[in-house]
Amino acid sequence: MATVSRPFQVPRPISRSRSQRRLLPPFMLTLPALGVALGMLVPIVYLVIRAASAGERAWLLLLRDRTLSVFLQTVLLAGTTTLISVLIAVPLAWLLVRTDLPLRHFWTVATALPLVIPSYIGGFTVAAALGPRGMLQKILEPLIGVQRLPEIYGFPGALLTLTLFSYPYVLLSIQAGLRGIDPSLEEASRSLGHGPWSTFRRIILPQLRPSIAAGSLLVALYALSDFGAVSLMQFDSFTRVIYMQYQASINRGFAAVMSLALVALTGLVLYSEGRTRGRARYYRSAGGCNRPATLIRLGRWRWPALAFCGLLVLLALMMPLGVMIYWLVQGLSNGEPLRLVWSAALQSIIASGVAAVAAVIAAVPVAVLAVRYSGRLSKWIERSTYIGHALPGLVVALALIFFSINVVRPIYQTFALLIAGYTVLFLPQAVGAIRSSLLQISPRLEEAGRSLGRTPRQVLATITLPMARPGVMAGAALVFLTTMKELPVTLLLSPIGFQTLATRIWSASSEAFWARAAAPALLLVLVSSLPMAFLVLGDRRWRS
Amino acid sequence: MARKPQLLTLFIALVAMLAISACGSPQVAPTATSQPNTGQAAQPTNAPQPTEAPQQPAETQAPAAGQGGTLTVYSGRTEDLVGPLIEQFEKDTGIEVQVKYGDTAELAAALLEEGDASPADVFFAQDAGALGAVRKAGLFAPLSEAILSRVDERFRADDGSWIGVSGRARVVVYNPELVKEEDLPETIFGFTDPKWKGKIGWAPTNGSFQAFVTALRVLEGEERAREWLEGIQANEPKVYPKNTAIVEAVANGEVEVGFVNHYYLLRLLKEKGDLKAKNYYFNNSDPGALINVAGVGMLKSSDNKELAEQFIAYLVSEKAQQYFSSETFEHPLVEGVKADPRLPGLSEVQTPKIDLSDLEDLDGTLQLLQDAGVL
Repeated sequence: MATVSRPFQVPRPISRSRSQRRLLPPFMLTLPALGVALGMLVPIVYLVIRAASAGERAWLLLLRDRTLSVFLQTVLLAGTTTLISVLIAVPLAWLLVRTDLPLRHFWTVATALPLVIPSYIGGFTVAAALGPRGMLQKILEPLIGVQRLPEIYGFPGALLTLTLFSYPYVLLSIQAGLRGIDPSLEEASRSLGHGPWSTFRRIILPQLRPSIAAGSLLVALYALSDFGAVSLMQFDSFTRVIYMQYQASINRGFAAVMSLALVALTGLVLYSEGRTRGRARYYRSAGGCNRPATLIRLGRWRWPALAFCGLLVLLALMMPLGVMIYWLVQGLSNGEPLRLVWSAALQSIIASGVAAVAAVIAAVPVAVLAVRYSGRLSKWIERSTYIGHALPGLVVALALIFFSINVVRPIYQTFALLIAGYTVLFLPQAVGAIRSSLLQISPRLEEAGRSLGRTPRQVLATITLPMARPGVMAGAALVFLTTMKELPVTLLLSPIGFQTLATRIWSASSEAFWARAAAPALLLVLVSSLPMAFLVLGDRRWRS
Repeated sequence: MARKPQLLTLFIALVAMLAISACGSPQVAPTATSQPNTGQAAQPTNAPQPTEAPQQPAETQAPAAGQGGTLTVYSGRTEDLVGPLIEQFEKDTGIEVQVKYGDTAELAAALLEEGDASPADVFFAQDAGALGAVRKAGLFAPLSEAILSRVDERFRADDGSWIGVSGRARVVVYNPELVKEEDLPETIFGFTDPKWKGKIGWAPTNGSFQAFVTALRVLEGEERAREWLEGIQANEPKVYPKNTAIVEAVANGEVEVGFVNHYYLLRLLKEKGDLKAKNYYFNNSDPGALINVAGVGMLKSSDNKELAEQFIAYLVSEKAQQYFSSETFEHPLVEGVKADPRLPGLSEVQTPKIDLSDLEDLDGTLQLLQDAGVL
């Protein structure tokens, strides 16, 4: 049953057959995966064309001292955001999955929900609540007489905003990873005399490595590409400099040069993440079946654990919701009508749902290829899917405008192009989730299927995909949730008249109609919380 | 175990259903909702039928009401600002307007990418700088004299490629409890005085502010502009992300004065009822008295130029100007239309002598702001 028999019993013939097969991944995988990768290169081709026509001056601008400082600041911001997110997410995921934390279901949903809050709203609520004379100061002044809180704009504000609204990427990824770990290994470790901490460090943490890396990568790329938080907090990251080029001078050449520098930085991030991937295996090699691990009793530790969860939910969820509700109530009491934009909500759901399905369909061949047929080509294909996620949405949108106007004019400003845009932006979320899931499935099962006469396609449909379902669903849900709040691509690529909750929020908030922005913003959180609950709880029910 | 594939297929089927309905609707929309008077409306895509082609000009010249046709507008002004006005235009003329809303600069960038293939007939921009950039790319067609003459020369392009439709004045918002109106300087350069140390709020990343700095450069030269920036910088101003944040900061006493556009205060007053803040206008051609415009231009690539001109003419009609005055609290630009009673009349404000098209050169402004350590 649950005996520990890891690496040393792997029979040689099988591994040789795997290495033979590695040379020849089936066409039905390579072809679509290659197609996906080519699609992902569209923004780069566009940037190269624009940068080439930018002229000497743009390249000289790139060589200014300022570029280096922007580069370093961006690296610092992305690195710190990722690090803190991991530090929050690892203990939190462990508490939520492996312990008897009171109100576990509630915390599971509540700690994941900040992901659905757009940074352009989140950043503003952070500033409104924690600014020098913001809401917190107003609460504190009568109590302890604080006249001003320390300045939040700049690095601290950008870091706080990005961390609060992107740590769920790592959290979700680690939770899925934890659920997929075979508990028999831990039991063996405990029975051999290791304490819970030692077991966590030596057994669990190493097995979580791909999940942590996958989640961190998403956070890092998000921090590189996000515009809302850095613009509201006035922190000079690459994205802000790129946007400023467009907004101040509509200087596409220099913006393209800066974007290419950002792509180079992304390459660096991808490379270093790739270095953390070893050749380790994360599936069980012996017989038996996965079952949920027994929950660890927290005892007295449940109080600090609850305080930790509570503080996080207070900052990342209650604070933005509170500010939005405050705006809404204030607007309503001044005679602003309540506008619940259900049609925009419906269009948001439709677009996000289709984007989720499209991203999963595109991600499956890429992920299967990367995990089962690892090689140089499959690695390049997988890595290429991450580029879009690191580019500012505006750049991706302009690239697709350029591409469709010049190559496939009929699809310009159609729903199809919009979905393509979402896919370019969010594909890595699906790829990462599916890849992590696949890593936990033993290839032996697929080999058994093949040896029993099934075609590769049948194996994929009847063994691999059903077993990778948690990853597929998690990927779809992630894409769904991030598409719900996506703005720049939606604004530029959608068919005329197409409105989502995000565009409604933007429309009102960019003209400072906060009361009007609050209703669709709250609706966005409400609508997103259903799939989020499904993502974090539905998965759990299926497993137990 | 048996339930899981079912759930998955159910989910996919549901999404696929939604997808099909979604793909369907955008294509259906134009044909279903437009053209109250059968099929021969002025849609260029219908042109292949030769018998109907000659009817087109005849029809577009017909009196406005119930005329039909479809116009595509790229609007850098949000739906919350101009949506009701555009609906009114549709009602009054029977012309269907399809609007793509977005950020002004992003839409300008999109127009530049689209070039001649742009589906847009009209570009409705938030500021003159973006209009200047589109003009520079040669994408605008000149407007007719009848339209141009509606608006003072100060507020339109000298070559007639775009026209301003509403005015956005740069003002100083101040907290009357902390500073008296008579203590405010007569020129924007007065704020470089050290007595304003720590009392100023500004938003250097804001487009309107940058347009003002461009005006300062054009009017006073690079050196004076730099002096001003460094003078303000020496007074350690508080930096805010947006104009509204400045108005709120002034109202709650975080700073005493702020450099903003005039209408943010009026909008906040509408939303919040009462605020401890007032607007102060510069005068006497001071650079601080700049009035920028939201304006509109017609795309050269448009197949719908008659409808486009009709739309633009509507925006400078009294009805629309009244809308800008009472709904968005901007300065109407057409003579005879009254501004909000809290605003001074345009003729009372002596604006600096500047061609607003010159505000397109924001490149140098960015450079200057960066060199002065402001950005």
